[in-house]
This record gives sequence, structure tokens and C-alpha cells, in this order.
Amino acid sequence: MLNSSLAQLGTALRTKKISSVELTQLYLDRIAALNPSLNAFITTNPEFSLKQARAADELLSNGKEQNLTGIPVAQKDIFCAKGWRTSCGSKMLENFIAPYDAHVIEQFNNAGAVNLGKTNMDEFAMGSSNETSYFGAVKNPWDLNTVPGGSSGGSAAAVAARMCAASTGTDTGGSIRQPASLCGISGIKPTYGTVSRYGMIAFASSLDQAGPMARSAEDLALLLNVMTGFDERDSTSLQRDKENYTRDLIKPLNGLRIGLPKEFFAEGLSNDVAECVSTAIAEYKKLGATIVDISLPNSKLSVPVYYVLAPAEASSNLSRYDGVRYGYRAPEYSDLADMYEKTRAQGFGAEVKRRIMIGTYVLSHGYYDAYYLQAQKIRRLIAQDFSEAFKQCDVIMGPTSPSTAFNLGEKDNDPVQMYLSDIHTIAVNLAGLPGMSIPCGFDHNKRPVGLQIIGNYFAEAQMLNVAHQYQQVTDSHNHAPQNLGL
Amino acid sequence: MSLSNLDVQKVALLARLAMNEAEIADARIQLSGIFDLIAEMQAVDTRNITPMSHAQDVCQRLREDKVTSSDQRELFQSISPQAEAGLYLVPQVIE
Repeated sequence: MLNSSLAQLGTALRTKKISSVELTQLYLDRIAALNPSLNAFITTNPEFSLKQARAADELLSNGKEQNLTGIPVAQKDIFCAKGWRTSCGSKMLENFIAPYDAHVIEQFNNAGAVNLGKTNMDEFAMGSSNETSYFGAVKNPWDLNTVPGGSSGGSAAAVAARMCAASTGTDTGGSIRQPASLCGISGIKPTYGTVSRYGMIAFASSLDQAGPMARSAEDLALLLNVMTGFDERDSTSLQRDKENYTRDLIKPLNGLRIGLPKEFFAEGLSNDVAECVSTAIAEYKKLGATIVDISLPNSKLSVPVYYVLAPAEASSNLSRYDGVRYGYRAPEYSDLADMYEKTRAQGFGAEVKRRIMIGTYVLSHGYYDAYYLQAQKIRRLIAQDFSEAFKQCDVIMGPTSPSTAFNLGEKDNDPVQMYLSDIHTIAVNLAGLPGMSIPCGFDHNKRPVGLQIIGNYFAEAQMLNVAHQYQQVTDSHNHAPQNLGL
Repeated sequence: MSLSNLDVQKVALLARLAMNEAEIADARIQLSGIFDLIAEMQAVDTRNITPMSHAQDVCQRLREDKVTSSDQRELFQSISPQAEAGLYLVPQVIE
């Protein structure tokens, strides 16, 4: 049951081979057994989850179910879920009980899915290794000495270790794709504006986008059907007709043009990753695709541009944490200014403070043009590179991450090295394009390698088709970490 | 780019983050490294390029000015660090 696809689980539930209560309990037991070593979940609430499962069983027995009814899904702890602690991986929100549901949570609730718990993450989604969480690092299920990636590291580890049927993540600079890659699972960040940000704790609002994480492209399509949709409470939510993302899954790939940007295969890429990606590209040729060499000349600037824009937006978004209306307040202070300063100094971790300071600096008087405005201009150049590229190809492929999972503690004292681990994912966020990562093999240490697929705006159905066809003829996505009782 | 301890101190004040001397010295080293990385973008000629503030060039929607949610003051104040009689309590700022 733990290795079943979402479609198989749906069938098992409809044909009464298993009830949602039994399935939910199966996952809850697995979380109880594995979480002490993996730390993938921050909060579980078995009573709440089982109540939702009972309601789902009711829908199933009345024939009122939808595709995901009764299926246990883990939610990244960045989504407010009414009555649930929603910590965003921070001491600042350690005791914050969300008073309302995020749009994403509402969508899953309306579909009859079960909220299995809240997954661990880098504090306020700022990190690439899940080591900045106030609740401790998540361990990669493939090798407990390595990181799962971040910031959606708990969600990725939970799917890889079969602690949930699927999970949600958010991606500001690679936070769905990079952990998906490092944990050997599939994840998609849709086009900016496709999934509502309402109730999703803000990091960098012009870049933040939620998406699903699961074991296959087929599962992702079913999850995306639930998560997307216009929501007037998010001012950047796009008014588009609802799509069925499974519609193109079975299309053959004859004639597909795959663009390979030379910049994605430059120095810094590990040999094992390069080899796995090349093997995957060869597989695509067998499926009928043609290869086009392309260039994204400004993509090398995406890391510096991102580390101006994202911290600038973050410093503004995180100004709300002042110890007045909700969240942590310092126990001792002399006056109002002292209360703000101590609350924020004690409530935020080192990486969050670092980014607030970068953002404050680049937005401060006299530096705005040199940093913020310059970064916004280069952002346009980066986006234009992609539009030029998509004149020659249908999808772009390359590595998701320049290396496989690195060791815990290896980069956590060197922010610049950590930032560079997102070099292949960040440009996609700056342009607002959809991007995904699917497993495409293993390195010599048996650590998973991810293939990144980038599509044009609103090309999610096509990307899922491209990923699904690959997963029909290869089996990297079916591998599970050893020694976890699978 | 190298920042001075005074630069870091000013930024910490603007960001409302209490920092002691050791933390300021640490932050100076790390932030200087990050600004060296950021400096790579200064060499790019961006004359005549329109800044891109958003992923999609769409206009902000307008909506009708109507009440869409009910008063939930009690619920929202139940999670505040200190509230009384419908008010959020903070240290006194006016004598």
C-alpha cells in the first residue's frame, strides 16, 4: 500500500480494499516510527487527521468522492491550517495556532483529502538544506548523514520515506525542485500566479509559488488539479479557466524539442549528475525527442539578482513580526523599541536575520538604484533569455542541482556556498516560469540525481506529459530508500 | 565589498534587530562575502532596460468595495502575546 500511486490508492479506497481511516493510521504509525530519526514532521495531530479520514470514508460510502478523497497528504508548515500550529520552521511562530485555512488547505479539504501533519522546513523557507529550521535539521532518508535539501526538505523526505502519500511545498528559488532532486522524488513549481498564496506565509512575494511533491508525474498532475485555481484573496492569483493537468499525460513525445542550455552544463557540475542527466536525455531521444542547443547567457547572474530581490522582499514581509499581534514576544524589555529589537533578535534564526539585513541594506537610502533597481533590470534580461530560448524548443532540460545531497553541516557556515547550490533553479523563479524535478538515477554513493524540466508559461500539462512518458520507460522514481522497512 | 561594523550596526537598527558586538563582527564578515557575490551584477549594462518587478506583466485587479469577512477580533486576539479589552498591549510610548 505504501508504494501505491495516488490513482491506485483512490481505487483501493473506492473498492473498499482499505478505508481512509486504515490508510491514515498506516501512515501515522509510519510517521511515529520514522520521525524520531528523520525529523520530517514538526506537528502531527492524529485525532484531527482521523476525523477527516472518517468524513472521507463517509463520502466514499455515499459515492460522493473526488480523486483525492481519503488520501493522506502532508502539508508544508508554511501553510496556515485552522487549529493547527503553523510554525514556518521558526521560534517566532513556535506557538502560533493558525486562525484560518490557506487557500491550498481549503482546496485539499474541499477535495476530501486528509491533512496528515505539518512538515519541517527551513525557517521562513530560507535555506537549501533544511538546517535552518528551529525544530532541527531533517535527515535525507537515502543517507541519514546528508541533507534532504530545502526549504521543503521535510515534505521531500516524507514522500521519499513513504510517510505520506504526497505532500505540498513552496518554491521561491528552488525550494520544491532542489529537495525533490536530493530526495529522489518528483516535484513541480507551477507558473507564478497559478496557485493562490493566500494563507501561505510570505517570504518573497513576487517569487513565492506553491506546488505538489510526490513520487511520480501522474501523482503531481492529480495534486495540481486540486491546488490550482483563481482566488480573489491573492492579488497576484491569475484568472484562468480550471485545467485538467492529466489531460496530456499519455501523449507520445514524437517531435518534442528539448533545449539544453550550455550554461547548465558548465563547470561546478558534478560528474555523476552530468552523466545521469545525459543518460536521461538519451532516453528522451529514444522517445522521439530532438535536442536543440540553446543559451541562457544571463542565467549566471540569477544568484546575485535573487540575493538582492528575495531578501529585499523578505525584509519587508518579515517586518510584521514585532511581538505585538501574534507570535513570539521577548520576555524582558525596557520600552517599545527594545521590545521590537529583542523579540526579533530572539525569535529569528541566523539565516533569517542575515537575509533581513541584506534586504534592509539594499533598500536603504542611497543604495536602491545600485542594488534593487539594477537587480530588477537584470531580472528582465533573464526572463528575456527564456522567451528567446522557447522560440527554438518546447521544454528546457538540465540538472536540478549541481550536486547530489551534501553532508549535514558541510555548508551551513558558508552562506555563499549554500546559495550557489540553487544556481540552476533560481532563474526559473525570476522569470515566473514553471519548473519541475524528476528522479533520473543515482550517483556513486547511491544518492538520487534530479532532472530539471522547465516549460513555457502555463505549460504544466505538457511538462507533466514529458515527465510521465520518461517514467513509463525508466524506474528511478520507483526506487525507495533502503533500511526503512519498505 | 567590505562593510564596516558601523554599517552593520546601522542596518541592524533599521531592521530592528538587537545585536551585540560579537554578532556585529560576525555579520560583517558574512555580509561582506554575500555582497561580493552580489557585486557581479554591477558590471552589466542595463541602460534602456525596464525594471521587472513581477513575474507576470498583468495589472492589479480592482474589486468592488464591499465587506467580505466578518469581525473576528476575539479569535485573532486570542493568539496575541498580550491583549486586553479588545486592545493589543505594548509598552507605554506617550507620557
